[in-house]
Amino acid sequence: MSAVNAIARALPIPAGAGLARTLVERNARAFRHGWVTLVSGVFEPVFYLFSLGVGLGALIGDVDAGGGRMIEYAAYVAPAMMAAAAMNGAVFDSTFNLFFKLKYAKLYDSVLATPLGPRDVAVGEISWALLRGLLYSTTFLVVAAAAGVVHSWWALLALPAASLIGLAFAAIGMSVTTYLRSWQDFDYIQLALLPMFLFSATFYPLSTYDESVRWVVQVTPLYHGVAMMRDLMLGDVAWGILAHVAYLVVMGLAGLLFAARRIERLLLR
Amino acid sequence: MISAHRLTKRFGEFTAVDAIDVEVRRGEAFGFLGPNGAGKSSTMRMIGCVSPPTDGSLRILGLDPATDGPAIRARLGVVPQRDTLDEELTVRENILVYGRYFGLSRAHVRAKADELLEFAQLTERANSVVEPLSGGMKRRLTIARSLVNDPELLLLDEPTTGLDPQARHVLWDRLFRLKRSGVTLVLTTHYMDEAEQLCDRLVVMDGGRIVAEGSPRELIALHSTREVLELRFAADDHAPYAAKVTDLAERVEVLPDRLLLYTDDGDATAAAVQRRGLQPLSVLARRSTLEDVFLHLTGRTLVD
Repeated sequence: MSAVNAIARALPIPAGAGLARTLVERNARAFRHGWVTLVSGVFEPVFYLFSLGVGLGALIGDVDAGGGRMIEYAAYVAPAMMAAAAMNGAVFDSTFNLFFKLKYAKLYDSVLATPLGPRDVAVGEISWALLRGLLYSTTFLVVAAAAGVVHSWWALLALPAASLIGLAFAAIGMSVTTYLRSWQDFDYIQLALLPMFLFSATFYPLSTYDESVRWVVQVTPLYHGVAMMRDLMLGDVAWGILAHVAYLVVMGLAGLLFAARRIERLLLR
Repeated sequence: MISAHRLTKRFGEFTAVDAIDVEVRRGEAFGFLGPNGAGKSSTMRMIGCVSPPTDGSLRILGLDPATDGPAIRARLGVVPQRDTLDEELTVRENILVYGRYFGLSRAHVRAKADELLEFAQLTERANSVVEPLSGGMKRRLTIARSLVNDPELLLLDEPTTGLDPQARHVLWDRLFRLKRSGVTLVLTTHYMDEAEQLCDRLVVMDGGRIVAEGSPRELIALHSTREVLELRFAADDHAPYAAKVTDLAERVEVLPDRLLLYTDDGDATAAAVQRRGLQPLSVLARRSTLEDVFLHLTGRTLVD
C-alpha cells in the first residue's frame, strides 16, 4: 500500500481526469456575472499604444528597426505593448484571481472532491487565462492594424505568440501564487513586473545597453516575448525566432507542471 | 463500501488518525463521533480521496484511492464541514457546474439540477446568487450539489453544525429519504441526537483512535446504564455528596454543578436518596443517551 503510494507520488505529473475544460466552463459562467474586468484588459495596451507610440512617437520620429530599415515609432513599440499586455493579463489572472479562489472562495476544495485532479486545475485555470488573453490581443491587433502600424501578414502569428507569452507567465504566476500568504505579498510581483515592462527592450532596442549588461536583459522572459512579437509584427522573421519560442515553451510547460504539483501539495494533504 | 485496516494519517510528528479499522456496509448510515481534533475530518478526507493515507490500507467501493482516486470520487458525494459553494455563480449554476466536473452531459445536469433544487426546496431561489442565502439554504444546496452524480456513497462532515433546529430537522428528513433510496451515508458529528437519529452504526473516536463501536443502542447498553439520575445540591462542591450516595448507583460522576448517578431505575434510586435524608435542590431521572456514553468515553475536558 505505502509502496503504491510512494510510486504514485513520485510520478512527475500530478493526477488529473482530463476534465480541465469543465473548469474553463465554470470560469466562463462566472465571467458573465463580472464582465467589467474585460474592459481594462482590452484598453490597457490600446492606451499605451496611443500615448507612447502615437503621442511620444511624434517627437521621436522614425527609428531603425534593425538592418537600417526605418519605421515610425508607433509601429516599433506596438509589438512590445502587445507582448507586455499578454504578460500583464496572464499574471493578473493567475495571481489575483487565483489567490482569491485558493484562499477565500476555497473553490478548489470543492473541485478536487470531484474526479478533477490538481493537473486539471492547473490546465483549466491557465487555459482560461489564455482564452481571455486571446480576446485582448485580438482586439489590440485589430486596433493596431486600423491605426496603420501593422506592416506584415506575419502579424497574424502575433496572436498565437501572445498566447505563448500568456502561457509562460500564467504558469509562473500560478506557481508563485501558491506561495503567497497575504495580499501584501503581491507587491513582490509588481516589483518583478515593472522593471521587466520598462527594461526588456520594450521601448528601445537591446543595442542601447552596454554589452556587459545585455545578458541580464536577455535572460528575462519578457525580452523574448517582445523580441518574438516584434519580429512577427514587423515581418522580420528568421530562424532565430525559434530560440524565443523555445524559451517561452519551456518556461510554460515547466511552470504548468510545477503549479500542478504545488496545488497538490497545498490541497491534497 | 469502505474497508479500512490500520488506517493512519500523520502530519509531521502529529498523528491525526492512529491505525483505525473501519468497515462500512452498503446501504447503512455510519457515524464518526468524537470531540474536536479526534481525527474525524482527517478520516473523512482520506475516504474522500483528497488526502493520501500515511499508512495502513484503505479500499473504497473496492478500489484503491492511491491509484483510482478519480474513479472513486466519480461515485462519491461530499458535503464538507464548511460550505464551499461557488459564490460567483447562481444557486442553479452551482449544481450545473458541479455536475459538469463529473463529466456529465449538459442536458443531463440541466434535468438533474431541476430535480435537486426541488429536493432541496430551493426551486424558488434557483436564479439567486449564493451569498444572501440563509445557513440552512446553503447547507441544503451543498447537499443537493453533492448528489448531482447520483453518488453511491455520501460523505457528510458535520452536516448540521451551526443550523437552527428547524433547519436541522429539514436536513435530517432529506438524509432519511436518501438512505431509504439506498444511498450509503457516512457522517461525522458531535451532536448526539443527530447520531441517534441518523446512524445505524457508529464509532466513537478520541485522540485518533476508535474507542467504541456499535449501534447507538448497543453503545448505551455497553457503556452506560439504562437511566441516569441527576442530583443538584445547594453547594459549590458536589464531591462530599457523592461519597454519601456512591453505593446507590453503578457509577457516580461528579460535575461542577450536579451529580450523575448511573442506574437501571432512576425513580427507585431517587427514592433511596430521599430515604438517606439528603435534600437535593432538584432531582431528574432520565433515560441514558448517547451523550452519556460519549462523555464517559472521551472525557469531559474541554477540547479546542
